[in-house]
Amino acid sequence: MFRGILEGMRQTLRSFFEKPVTIQYPEQKRPVRARFKGRHVLKRYENGLEKCIGCALCAAACPADAIFVEAAENTDERRFSPGERYASTYEINMLRCIYCGFCEDACPTEAIVLGDNYELSFMDRAASIYTKDMLLEPVPAVDKLTPQSTPPGVFTRSVPEMKDPED
Amino acid sequence: MGIEQKTGNMGVVTTTLEQVVNWSRTNSMWPMLFGLACCAIEMMAAQASNYDMSRFGMELMRASPRQSDLMIVAGRVSRKMAPVLRQLYDQMPDPKWVIAMGDCASCGGVFNNYAIVQGVDEIVPVDVYVAGCPPRPEGLIHGIMTLHEKVKQEQLTKWK
Repeated sequence: MFRGILEGMRQTLRSFFEKPVTIQYPEQKRPVRARFKGRHVLKRYENGLEKCIGCALCAAACPADAIFVEAAENTDERRFSPGERYASTYEINMLRCIYCGFCEDACPTEAIVLGDNYELSFMDRAASIYTKDMLLEPVPAVDKLTPQSTPPGVFTRSVPEMKDPED
Repeated sequence: MGIEQKTGNMGVVTTTLEQVVNWSRTNSMWPMLFGLACCAIEMMAAQASNYDMSRFGMELMRASPRQSDLMIVAGRVSRKMAPVLRQLYDQMPDPKWVIAMGDCASCGGVFNNYAIVQGVDEIVPVDVYVAGCPPRPEGLIHGIMTLHEKVKQEQLTKWK
């Protein structure tokens, strides 16, 4: 009988000296995996123009109907993105979104990328709708804010030319 | 409650009491085990040793609504489950809070159909919505901390 108790106590004593496994979450965060899909980010080109061209393919691909896109025309005086159109409204309902990444796959300009933010909790449902301002990544420099005034005939392609079409 | 009617406008006393009560409420909030789907797995992971919700005073998931303060609705609620959910909520003693964990509990998520309740706020008052499908255990803990912020703002005069 004592042998069994001693065996058990030995195990207890051993785990007593082990390093605790608990991650002290709010202070200490475990890095996410490379393929983790979190909150979306709308990307920009290096010159500050938005990659999103308002084609709404992401909204079509979305299985949960979480994305709403409304497009408007670009002009050379007020240019948001290369090509003809830009997304004047871009909304994602974070409570509808299932973070599947289909929007990322559907996007022809790789404008939408699922980031690594998972801290999404809201006190009311209206707060869960993220608008374009909240989703767009910050501008690289102050002079690269959109809308920009661009020379005519430069930004005619909405989808950038592929470097290697075979790829 | 009684004390706020008796004391009336006793500024200092009631604010300090308010803080003490709210602090103790945030630090011993026992959740009710209400796992319905895949979110329940993440809820279990949040309770297990890696994330350990007992750091926030959530020692146990109570299976009985009579012993719990917080209902974490984890998973999709079907129309048939809705009356059960409401009954369990009614059986919880005041003060009580509800977290809608995950997309399905919050607004139906990908299940936009007749069988699933489009958000548990149709049947119970929800305090915090946690997005994610399912949310990571950290996401749930973030939601709980949002709830803590909300509870700390509660005023004594508005208690039921």
